[in-house]
Amino acid sequence: MKKVAIIGAGPAGIEAASILANQQVEVLLFEKSLNTLSNMLDKAYLFPDFSPANDLVDKLNKKLLHQQITLFTGTEITDVKKDGKEWKVIDAKGMSYIVSAVLLTSGYSVFDAKRKEELGYGIYNGVITSIDLEKMIKYNQIENSMGDKPKRIVFLQCVGSRDEKSGNNYCSKICCVTAVKQAIEVKKLLPDTDVYIFYMDLRMWGQSFEEMYRESQEKYDVSYVRGRISEAASTFDKKIQIKAEDTLLGVPLKMTTDLLVLMVGMEASCGTKTLAETLHIKGEYGFAKSLNCHLQDNETTQQGLFIAGSCKRPMGINETLADARSASVIIMDYINAMQENDK
Amino acid sequence: MSNYFSPFVLPFLFGVIALIVICLIKYIRWYKQFDRLQKTILLKNIFSLRFLSAIWETVMEALFHRKIFKRNFLLGYMHASIALGWFLLIVVGAIESELALETDKPFWIGIFYRYFIHDPQAFPNAHFFAHLMDFILLIVLSGVILAYVKSVFSRFFGMKKTSKHVVFDRFAKFSLWLIFPLRLISESFTAALYNNGGFLTQGLGDLINYSVADILEIPAWTLYSFALGTFFVAMPFSRYMHIFTEVILIFLRKWGLSENENVSGFTMYELSACSRCGICIDNCPLYKDLKLQGVQSIYFLRDLRYKRPKEEIADNCLMCMRCMAECPVGLDLMTIRRQLRNKKELDTNDNYKYIDNLQSFNSIGRVIYFAGCMSHLTPGIIDAMLTIFDKVDQKYWFMDKDKTICCGRPLMQQGFTIQASELRRKNTQLIKQSGANMLITSCPICYQSFKKEYNLPIQVMHHTEYIHMLIKSGKLKVRKDDLKVVYHDPCELGRACGIYQQPRQILKTISTLLKTKNEKENSLCCGYNLGNTVIEPEQQGEIRNAALGSLIAKNPDVIATACPMCKKAFKRATNCNVKDIAELVKENMIL
Repeated sequence: MKKVAIIGAGPAGIEAASILANQQVEVLLFEKSLNTLSNMLDKAYLFPDFSPANDLVDKLNKKLLHQQITLFTGTEITDVKKDGKEWKVIDAKGMSYIVSAVLLTSGYSVFDAKRKEELGYGIYNGVITSIDLEKMIKYNQIENSMGDKPKRIVFLQCVGSRDEKSGNNYCSKICCVTAVKQAIEVKKLLPDTDVYIFYMDLRMWGQSFEEMYRESQEKYDVSYVRGRISEAASTFDKKIQIKAEDTLLGVPLKMTTDLLVLMVGMEASCGTKTLAETLHIKGEYGFAKSLNCHLQDNETTQQGLFIAGSCKRPMGINETLADARSASVIIMDYINAMQENDK
Repeated sequence: MSNYFSPFVLPFLFGVIALIVICLIKYIRWYKQFDRLQKTILLKNIFSLRFLSAIWETVMEALFHRKIFKRNFLLGYMHASIALGWFLLIVVGAIESELALETDKPFWIGIFYRYFIHDPQAFPNAHFFAHLMDFILLIVLSGVILAYVKSVFSRFFGMKKTSKHVVFDRFAKFSLWLIFPLRLISESFTAALYNNGGFLTQGLGDLINYSVADILEIPAWTLYSFALGTFFVAMPFSRYMHIFTEVILIFLRKWGLSENENVSGFTMYELSACSRCGICIDNCPLYKDLKLQGVQSIYFLRDLRYKRPKEEIADNCLMCMRCMAECPVGLDLMTIRRQLRNKKELDTNDNYKYIDNLQSFNSIGRVIYFAGCMSHLTPGIIDAMLTIFDKVDQKYWFMDKDKTICCGRPLMQQGFTIQASELRRKNTQLIKQSGANMLITSCPICYQSFKKEYNLPIQVMHHTEYIHMLIKSGKLKVRKDDLKVVYHDPCELGRACGIYQQPRQILKTISTLLKTKNEKENSLCCGYNLGNTVIEPEQQGEIRNAALGSLIAKNPDVIATACPMCKKAFKRATNCNVKDIAELVKENMIL
């Protein structure tokens, strides 16, 4: 039997499903929500090439039209058990499926900004998250709480990342460049709007990120302030007043803005946390843990259980896709070896 | 020389004299260490009727140990049987000798009565006294036996962790444990020889061979006397110094004395009044949730008494007051801790220059709203309060809206007392100049500060008190929703200021209030109290999770609290709704 269950139909799950299917493996792809790629549906453009997110969504979804792939949407996997040499995957309705290997691609969820109440998310309409802004950019509806075009937008980095108090000490890795990307997009749509980005460090680690950062300053006049925003309050005219410290100048500062955008970090999704727990592969911060991060980064302590994508750690889309492809290769090896042994 | 003397009395005599001399030296020295104000207060009140209530408290606490009984019956019985029993042995013994003898009554006669008075009919009803003394001795012995058991199985006494003691304590403890069994044995030997015992000693004495008793009588009484002497000499240097000091402390407190900013003679009385019972250990969050040892009040006071404690220990306390709520002697543990956090010498003068530029605001006919620094990090609370003010047409001056100073308490907690008083001075000036008639704050830290550390001419209210008043007077109309709510008592509002009822009344009016395991003075600290600057965020999280676990045990829809700090602490760690009472009231206002 060449049959693999993949849990989570995001970029990683779909890419792995398509590669395995091309290798004549029967793939059962389970997705908790009603849509595939639900985290990507409201994305406007992707960094670093500003390609429309829709293009990627369409291409990925097209890969699912394969006779070896069975997609189960609205199907939550509640338990995964080793069953002899095989695996038994059980959904919320109690249906169980026998497969030879399981790939966990249950992904991430974004940090709930309401947990940092001092920043006013959920209290003041002018405070939004990077997810909300991405949607505004996508539908070209960047508006403040009064429905007007904002004259000033302030981004705050590291909301729920690198933050001991919220319990997430790690860097979410993609928010720095996302803010640069979104700042440029805002400037393209609203050239007269002032854009400020408050940061701790700017980590421009990826290919052409540094160039984007430079371009944002030289061509789009985005201003960068090193320092964290300590609190946000509402003004009488429904704008947002922020208090911060400019740590390069060493002065406290106050600023009024129409929109405050919180760059929310990535956390292990609810599904990742519970499945990693039940499968005994729980790593730091609720992410799933690979056997080792160099040569066995898709394998786990459980034979036949593999992991890929942002259920392991924060990852961008391109990295996620690459990781899914690497997982597919390892899974093929595993299934082939199993069949050799059976003969 | 008295007829009633034998050389074996000498160890006892020596012990008593040493005890009296050492105690007097100590007490006089500590009195001299009182500051001028404390001495004035003492002299003013010493001849008032307050001693009556002091005597009442002495009987209830020092003899009956009421507070310990409330905590655990066995533990209370153990303490009361030894303290009250021993006291009665001395008193009834004195009465007995008073009745038996006319002249020549040395003071030790009551202690060694059976040895010296052989006649069982020495006075009318002497038999009754013999039985009574035996009964009291039996009670004391039962307490001593419980003490033996407790040192092995402390769990039966409601204590998981018992304290570790210094050398003098061990000496004193073992001699104390020997005194009463030795008294029983000595009296039984004498009873065997002269038939002058009560039901217990005579019963035992009848079992003893006459010639054996004849040989062992004197050695037994000698050992008894030695045990007493040893205990008395060790006592002033051991934890048993609390026996007398606790009584003196009760009187000092009734006469109006309390701790002040610095270590004073009063502090020395408090340190010695600590019996090191260890009741404070079990419920200290640092022990209960983090297993940190050696930082609890018992150890802190012990270290302070024998040597200067390490600064880190002084700093390693949440100041949640849980130990104070438990302390049977009612020691002011928080103030003593703060006295050792002295950082007023640090030069921070330049930091406070800006405060002189702050302006007051004419607030005649208004109230002052002082949200507090922490509420600025929970804007939902401020938003709710301002909405409520508007709703009831209450004009206000939002004093710390912008460009403002802190109430000063966090600085004071950390020992920056001079710096804190600078802030208090400026705030007091601003408040007085404003002409407002009431100050309302959303932060229990500020509330405690304004209430206790300021001397404001206007009324100070926490917003739960204020909202409760609005609802009660009918000014604010609210509806009842169908949510199940639990209430978390913040340390600074509950244990520190005694505000337990108003928040509960409000919640009962607008929702269904569920009971939780740890309520009111037993509530658990959220872990984020500003008092501790030593523990790590992960450790704060552990303490928070313990408190959270007790709150969500009954699956409430909302965790309600009345402190921005607690709100932030819980909100970080649970999917359950966490809201301030003000926010819940805002949601339930009838438009």
